[in-house]
Amino acid sequence: MSAPLSGLEPTARPPRPSALSNALTFGWRAVLKFRHVPEQLFDLIMTPLMFTLLFTFVFGGALAGSTGDYLQFFLPGILVQTVAFNAVYSGMNLSTDLGKGLFDRFRSLPIWPLAPFAGLIVGDVLRHLIAGGIILGIGLILGYRPEAGLPGVIAAFALLLTIGFGIGWVFIVLGLLIRTPTTVMTLGFTVLFPVVFASNIMVQPETMPDWLRAFVAVNPVSLMTTAMRGLMAGTASLSQIALALIAPVLLTAALAPLTLRLYQRR
Amino acid sequence: MPDGRTQTDAAPHADAAAPAIRARGLVKRFGDVDAVAGIDLDVPRGMIFAILGPNGAGKTTLMRMLATLTPPDDGTAEVMGHDLTAAPDAVRGAIAMTGQFASLDEDLTGRENLIFLARLWGFGRRAARDRADALFAAFELADARHRQVKDYSGGMRRRLDIAASLIVTPGVLFLDEPTTGLDPTARQRVWRMIRQLAQSGVTVLLTTQYLEEADQLAERIAVIDRGRKIAEGTSRELKAATGSGVLHVTLAEADPLDRAAALLEARLEAPVQRSPEGARLSVMATTAEAANGAIAALLADGVPLEDFAMGSPSLEEVFFALTGGAPQSEDAA
Ligand SMILES: Nc1ncnc2c1ncn2[C@@H]1O[C@H](COP(=O)(O)OP(=O)(O)OP(=O)(O)O)[C@@H](O)[C@H]1O
Ligand SMILES: [Mg+2]
Repeated sequence: MSAPLSGLEPTARPPRPSALSNALTFGWRAVLKFRHVPEQLFDLIMTPLMFTLLFTFVFGGALAGSTGDYLQFFLPGILVQTVAFNAVYSGMNLSTDLGKGLFDRFRSLPIWPLAPFAGLIVGDVLRHLIAGGIILGIGLILGYRPEAGLPGVIAAFALLLTIGFGIGWVFIVLGLLIRTPTTVMTLGFTVLFPVVFASNIMVQPETMPDWLRAFVAVNPVSLMTTAMRGLMAGTASLSQIALALIAPVLLTAALAPLTLRLYQRR
Repeated sequence: MPDGRTQTDAAPHADAAAPAIRARGLVKRFGDVDAVAGIDLDVPRGMIFAILGPNGAGKTTLMRMLATLTPPDDGTAEVMGHDLTAAPDAVRGAIAMTGQFASLDEDLTGRENLIFLARLWGFGRRAARDRADALFAAFELADARHRQVKDYSGGMRRRLDIAASLIVTPGVLFLDEPTTGLDPTARQRVWRMIRQLAQSGVTVLLTTQYLEEADQLAERIAVIDRGRKIAEGTSRELKAATGSGVLHVTLAEADPLDRAAALLEARLEAPVQRSPEGARLSVMATTAEAANGAIAALLADGVPLEDFAMGSPSLEEVFFALTGGAPQSEDAA
């Protein structure tokens, strides 16, 4: 028998930490994961990067007369697409984590039940900022110019994070419901592709048939894109911003409580 | 946030005299499968208690209910004096669970995993680091603490996973198959740790598929099968029911099998189990002398023997002795 081990001495529980402290601890974990798995950025950047390059150079001239004009039109929208696609990856990660025993450990701890999701959201925010920053950087190199300057960009990114936060809940719920991570991805993109393409991100809706134009006009992605363009250009109206926020607010209000219920019932 | 927080903190163990676990009629159904079909359990404080059962017996489900991870469909239970359904958060404050499958973040280093959990428990930055390092030393993992968990071996993971349950010393520690898949050295190491924990006053409830493990570690053993408890007692009591060991006999030819089986059954007064290939017989023997006598009787009757041996009863054999049938493993069902 070995000597008594010091680490096994009875250790008492410290005073219970606040919900905020729990949430920040999960956020810290998300940051650590970025440090250990920087490759994940590759997944996030490649799709929007390909879209930006392909659309600008292949279709840009045809769609807007010149690649420069098209980029000016397209870039704010591709940022919306980027955060929406990012959210799919985060749902996939959640589904992967849930498949292991990790979440059982969290659930058997006396912590704020929503703290693990706060951590996911911190991870998402980082992802959105990094991916959005890189796409914007590439846009600037290619000649994109936000007319409203830095304040416009900051305002647009604030809106972008809110949009990402709202859409994030959809994929958190899918991640909780679906056991296979690849199914989360397939389903996610199946839902996202139509709403992203049947929007005003890539083309002006004027050339579309009436029924489609009616859909594009109320598609939340279009409303978000319009507000993003407005903020970057310095022409956004309050009502445009309010319309862009409807979907994120509704999604959060409906899905955050559902998330908690699904999580505790598992 | 739950309002009961300060109250539960002030009284982490509601009733200091309450047993570690007291469960009555716990039931959990999945569709039409009764994973746990009405189990009572009494585990006094400071004891190592083993739940022994084959695949699919309901061990994990039972443990998950007691650890507040799955709500029971019926029945009640108290853990360290806290009611499972009425005060789940108080239960969580008094337990820790190392599940059947690793509950670690593979991407982080071992040390980051423990610091992360210590911070969740409420340790300050510095205290969390110190606690993590103390546990790494205790679990002989100090050299690996800066490596990512995905580069750990199975045994190291298991130890880290148990360490992760000891950041705050729990009243009850749940260990779901703590040594499955470990080599003999790693298994010994885990056993030693479990014993030390119990000596320091932690109640340990563990599940296992190995009779030997339950025998080595546990003061009491509950045997479960298809969601029901079919026996409970000390290892000695169970062995009294199952015999001290099993006599395995291999015949040189299969012809006199029935005669040999009848002889053994008569001599040892226990049911004889035949192995599928036909030429092997196993039977519980209460003592080595009795086994000896039975072999002598076979030889005297002219039964050609190829080999015979005494072994401790396997899980199969315990089940055979307790129920007169093989365990209903999920795979077999
Ligand atoms: N989430 C679930 N959904 C459906 N059925 C389940 C679920 N969890 C367990 N079961 C079923 O309940 C029964 C008991 O399973 P459990 O995991 O508790 O057994 P076990 O004794 O831990 O087995 P093992 O030794 O393989 O770990 C099995 O028939 C299993 O298929
Ligand atoms: Mg199990």
